[in-house]
Amino acid sequence: MGFLDIKQATKSYGAVKVLHETDISVEEGEFLVLVGPSGCGKSTLLNMIAGLEDVTSGDIAIKGRSMLGVKPADRNIAMVFQSYALYPNMTVRGNISFGMEMHGLAKPEREKKIEAVAELLQITQLLDRKPGQLSGGQRQRVAMGRALTRDPDVFLFDEPLSNLDAKLRVDMRTEIKKLHHKLGTTIVYVTHDQIEALTLSTRIAVMYGGHVQQLGTPKEVYDNPANMFVAGFMGSPSMNLFPAKVAQANGAPAAEVTLRNGETALLPFAGGSMAGHDGRDIILGIRPEAITDRDGADRNSNAVHMIEATVELTEPAGSDTFVVTHMGGRDITGRFRADVQVEAGDRFPFAINMEKAVVFDPETEARVA
Amino acid sequence: MATAPTSRFITAGTGDPTQPRAKGPRLSAHLPRVILYALLTLFCIYYLLPLYVMVANSLKPLSEITAGGMMALPDAWTLAPWQSAWSTAQIGVEATGLRPYFINSLVMVIPAVAISTILGALNGYVLTKWHFRGATLIFGLLLFGCFIPFQMVLIPMARMLGLMGLSGTVPGLIFVHLVYGIGFSTLYFRNYYAAFPTELVRAAQIDGAGFFRIFWRILLPSSGPIAVVCIIWQFTNIWNDFLFGASFADFDSQPMTVALNNLVNSSTGVKEYNVHFAGALMAAAPTLLVYIVAGRFFVRGLMAGSVKG
Ligand SMILES: Nc1ncnc2c1ncn2[C@@H]1O[C@H](COP(=O)(O)OP(=O)(O)O)[C@@H](O)[C@H]1O
Ligand SMILES: [Mg+2]
Repeated sequence: MGFLDIKQATKSYGAVKVLHETDISVEEGEFLVLVGPSGCGKSTLLNMIAGLEDVTSGDIAIKGRSMLGVKPADRNIAMVFQSYALYPNMTVRGNISFGMEMHGLAKPEREKKIEAVAELLQITQLLDRKPGQLSGGQRQRVAMGRALTRDPDVFLFDEPLSNLDAKLRVDMRTEIKKLHHKLGTTIVYVTHDQIEALTLSTRIAVMYGGHVQQLGTPKEVYDNPANMFVAGFMGSPSMNLFPAKVAQANGAPAAEVTLRNGETALLPFAGGSMAGHDGRDIILGIRPEAITDRDGADRNSNAVHMIEATVELTEPAGSDTFVVTHMGGRDITGRFRADVQVEAGDRFPFAINMEKAVVFDPETEARVA
Repeated sequence: MATAPTSRFITAGTGDPTQPRAKGPRLSAHLPRVILYALLTLFCIYYLLPLYVMVANSLKPLSEITAGGMMALPDAWTLAPWQSAWSTAQIGVEATGLRPYFINSLVMVIPAVAISTILGALNGYVLTKWHFRGATLIFGLLLFGCFIPFQMVLIPMARMLGLMGLSGTVPGLIFVHLVYGIGFSTLYFRNYYAAFPTELVRAAQIDGAGFFRIFWRILLPSSGPIAVVCIIWQFTNIWNDFLFGASFADFDSQPMTVALNNLVNSSTGVKEYNVHFAGALMAAAPTLLVYIVAGRFFVRGLMAGSVKG
């Protein structure tokens, strides 16, 4: 039993089931991120934890106590909304104070907490302004300040950074992470941004179509995606997924891939996996960083294979150059060091690290190896 | 209004207005505007003329009117017609002036407007922020209620008031206006609150505020503009209503509109036009006052910047 337990929880609106049976157990102090594309049910699940939406079936428990029928205010949670949801008619002070007032805290106590929180978030000079007079980043801080005064068991964040511009988003991301280190409070955080998920979380639940596709640490989810959806969703640029066939190379199982000119190339699987699957159609998944130039390849790997292929396109991105070629009928992106001399049209040796390759079934899209 | 900056911009583009060279084109550029204002002034006079006639004639002795000087300003200014209309004129069978009926109207309109506005706001809040089964149906029925012609409900309403023991009383009139007013006030507030961010309500729920607290502390303070619209609408309708007043009131509970009618019709002998004009102005004054006073509080953009940005 964890600190926050989601047990077989579902949500239906009428006949439409938007969240299928979900089991997640969160330990105290964890930073769980629910990530997935828009409409996958992340907010719904978060609102169910908050008590803003009823649970259709199943249970949600905090500290071992079932939350069914418990009002949001009595769950000892705090929530930061995507729109910040600051009360427009109150000052920043009023906004932060409101929750404490509703919970019956005396005025001197409230003032003390407001001062402390304002100091922590560096919004002391904004306390007497109205939300309408604040910038996006400042509103974001006030919204967090309002949540912080509660000393909650669980913090809930619903896409708190998605209304900020790119630079500020990265800064606030760091601040939220620092805050978590400092306070150690359990956090459930919703985002559609996989980079936010990877950088912030201790664990990630990748959601799609009302199902949790995979639950694991950022490394697990990134290195060992459970299915093609997770593989494609996590990581940027996303994992290369292309059709191949299992064949034999010098008596060991290998992936046979077709290049642009109809030639085929053999990529032996690392560690002899996929033995006994000769002739099977598969989807091979290789991340861009595992497809690189000869000198950029991982020296500790003994499963790096070279394939000579035509460069279709290069995309210099400052620190790296992304090089696009063609395999299995798809565009394949490799990540090269920026100083590699390569141009579109070149025949070039690509170093592919098969230790990092994953295999999916083309029908079920599930992980095979 | 909206075109003013544009034309100024064009003027600025043609050169420094102090230079004589620029004068020619400027005049022709302003010609459409001059015509526009001339037309508007004409319409303005057209609409204000009746008001002028009423005010002017209510301030002169009857002899000046009967002598045929309808359009002229008074020769001998007098407040006597106003005094007469207010406290001594014959209304129906009694010579009480309009004062008691003015008070009736006030006693009727203030609670009717206040209660229908508050109930409308509550309805709008519930209909938009606390989804429940049948909400759409209920709203549909309320809306339907707005469009039932007054005449259709006269007899059933008379029966209802009789059963409730409110026939011929001011509370009875208040009740009738409430029933009719709630449909409209709900419509106003529902549409206004539909655009009010639901996340604010959710945040307040998490903060521990209950149903009424959220309404009182979060929604109502942001409802200024729509409340003003609603109050102006309800006040004008209820104050000016004649049909319900004539149908459901007794002599001692008649509203101003009915009394005014009686004033005009019950004068024996000569028609005291000056007194009638004064009475009509008294009947019109409160609605005018509401427009002037409440309109000033019609401040837009209270919600600007509460969410996003
Ligand atoms: N009140 C509602 N009635 C019907 N369907 C809803 C309601 N709220 C959300 N949904 C549906 O539930 C699904 C999940 O929504 P949501 O949890 O908001 O997605 P997201 O992952 O983008 O936060 C969506 O398909 C949405 O259309
Ligand atoms: Mg969402």
